[in-house]
Amino acid sequence: MRIAIASGKGGTGKTTVATNLAWVAARNGHSVAYLDCDVEEPNGHLFLKPEIASSRLIGRLHPAVDEEKCTHCGLCGEICQFSAIVCVGEKVLVYPELCHACGGCLLVCGSAAIREVLRESGKLEIGQAGPVRFVHGVLRIGEAMSTHLIRQVKQAAPEADLVIIDSPPGTSCPVIESVRGADFVLLVTEPTPFGLNDLKLAVEMVRAMKLPVGVVINRAGSGDHQTSAYCHTQGIDILSEIPDDRRVAEAYSRGVLASEAMPKIGARFESLLRRLMGEALSPAGRREVSA
Amino acid sequence: MSELIGINTRTGRPVQELAVISGKGGTGKTSIVASFAILSQNSVVADCDVDAADLHLVLDPRILRRNEFMGGKRARIRPGHCTACGKCEELCRFDAIFFDGPGNGIVEKTFRVDPAVCEGCGVCAWFCAEDVIEFGPVVNGEWFQSETRCGPMVHARLGIAEENSGKLVSTVRTSAKRIAEERELDLVIIDGSPGIGCPVIASVTGATLVLAVTEPTLSGLHDLERVAELTRHFGIPTLVCVNKWDLNPEVCERIEARARERGLGLAGRVRYDHAFAEAQIRGKAVVEYGQDGCAADLRAVWATVEAHLNGSARPAGEES
Repeated sequence: MRIAIASGKGGTGKTTVATNLAWVAARNGHSVAYLDCDVEEPNGHLFLKPEIASSRLIGRLHPAVDEEKCTHCGLCGEICQFSAIVCVGEKVLVYPELCHACGGCLLVCGSAAIREVLRESGKLEIGQAGPVRFVHGVLRIGEAMSTHLIRQVKQAAPEADLVIIDSPPGTSCPVIESVRGADFVLLVTEPTPFGLNDLKLAVEMVRAMKLPVGVVINRAGSGDHQTSAYCHTQGIDILSEIPDDRRVAEAYSRGVLASEAMPKIGARFESLLRRLMGEALSPAGRREVSA
Repeated sequence: MSELIGINTRTGRPVQELAVISGKGGTGKTSIVASFAILSQNSVVADCDVDAADLHLVLDPRILRRNEFMGGKRARIRPGHCTACGKCEELCRFDAIFFDGPGNGIVEKTFRVDPAVCEGCGVCAWFCAEDVIEFGPVVNGEWFQSETRCGPMVHARLGIAEENSGKLVSTVRTSAKRIAEERELDLVIIDGSPGIGCPVIASVTGATLVLAVTEPTLSGLHDLERVAELTRHFGIPTLVCVNKWDLNPEVCERIEARARERGLGLAGRVRYDHAFAEAQIRGKAVVEYGQDGCAADLRAVWATVEAHLNGSARPAGEES
C-alpha cells in the first residue's frame, strides 16, 4: 500500500506524520519504505537518521548544438515553448535551466546538429533507517524544476508492504508528481484559518486526481473548530488529531521522533496506522464492520 | 509616467522589493508579511505564494480588477479525426498520452492527452501526421489587483493541479511594481512560497533584499542553509529572522551563528507566543492584535529590515 502524506500549507507536520508513521509501522512488524519527495527541502533524514548505502547524481537532459552542422534554420527555436533554445542570426543560444527536456528541438532539426547532454540536477540517496527502508532526493540549488527528481525517488522505491511518500507542500506540479499513483492521500493540517484555506485547496487537488483522502489535524486545540466542521460537511474522515503540545514541538526541534520520546504520541500514531490500513484496503468493508 | 518599470516618479529612486521567504514551510512568513504591510506606510503587498495563498485572509482585500492568467499551452487530440497511429504517444516524454479516447468512424479507440500531465511542449501537435492535435493557451489561474486597509495588494490563485507557478509569480510581481510606481510608493513586500524551486526563484530574482524566516529546529537550520545557498547563487543580500526562537534557544543560536558565518545579516528573533495564531484567527495582523510579546518583537524586526532597505544599516553580512 502506498500512502502519500501531503498538505496545502507548509509546516503543518507532514514530515512529523510521515516519519512517525513509518517508525511505528516498522515497530509493529510491517515492512516499510519511506520516500522523501520534498526534494527542495528534504527533512525526513533528520528524524529517521538513515545510513546511506548508495548515492548517485541525477541528471537532466538539455540540448547541445554543433555549430558546424547547424544551418540556422531556426526550427528548434520555433518548436521550443520554453525559450530554452533560441536562434539569433548565425548563433544558437541554449538556456539549460529553462529546458523541459521534451526533445522537440532534436526531432525538428533537419541537419542532426543537436544532441542531448546531461547536466547534474540533484542526487538520489538510498539507505536504511533501522528497519525502515529510506529513499530521498536532494535538488541542486538554483534548479527550478523538481518533478524529474521526484519521479526518480518514486522509481527507486524498495519493495515493502507500506510505502510512505512524504510530499512537498502546495498543490502544484511537484505535489501532483509525488501524490500520483498513491492508494491513499493523508492531508495534514492545523486548525487555523491558513491551515483550513490550504486544506480546501489540497482537497480539491486530491479530488481532481480521484484519490481517496483522509485528514490529520496537527496542533489540535491551538486554533478554532472550523477545520473539523469543514471535514464533517465534506464527508472527509479525520483519522487522527495530534494535540498542541510544546513538548512535541521541542522533540521536533531536536530531530527526535515524538513517538519515541512520548509513548502517548506513539499510541496516537499506532491507532492512525490501524485506521489507515482499514481505510485504504477496503473503505466499504471497514464501515460495515464499524456499523 | 516613467518608461522604466519600477522607478518611483516622485523620488526618482527605484522601487525596492523585499522578498520574505522561508525554505521550510509554516515558519510564520505570511503573518510576518501582514505585520510588515501594516507597519510600512508606503508599500504594495504581493502575495507570491500562488499555490497556497493565505495573506488575503488577514488583509481582507477588496478586489478592484480580476485578470485571467494564461501561463502555458496544452495539447488536445480531436477524437473525431484521430487515426490512432500512435506517433504522439511515442514522442511524448511526459507519459501524458493515453490510448483510451472515444472511437470514431475510422478506429475503435483514439489517443487522449491527460491535461494534468501535459507539460505543454507541443511536440505531439507538431508531429501529428493528421494535424488533429490542437495546441493552444489555457487559462490556468487568476490574479487580482486589490485594495486593503494598508494599501494596494496584488495576489493570485493558481488553478488546481496547474503548472507555471513561476510565470504567475512574475506576473504578480510586475503588476505590484507598476502599481508602486504609479502610486509613488517606495516598496513592494513579497510573500514568497516555501522551498527553493521555480516559484521561489521567481520571487527572489532581482529583489533588493530577502528576509528568510526560519524556526529553531534542525529542519529549520537545514532548510535555511539551502535558502542561503539560493540567495547567494542569485547574489541577493539576505537577512535572517528566527521565529518561535525560545522553543529551542540552543538551535536558535546555532542558526544565528551559521547565518553570520555565511555572511547573512540578522533581523532579530520573535518569541513563541499564542497571540501569533490568535491574531490570524481574528483576521488581524499580529501588530494590530497586540502591542507586547511577539508583536513587540515584530516591530523590532521591521525596524531592522527598514534600516537595511534605507541603507542606514550596514549591508547584510557586515555586522561583525
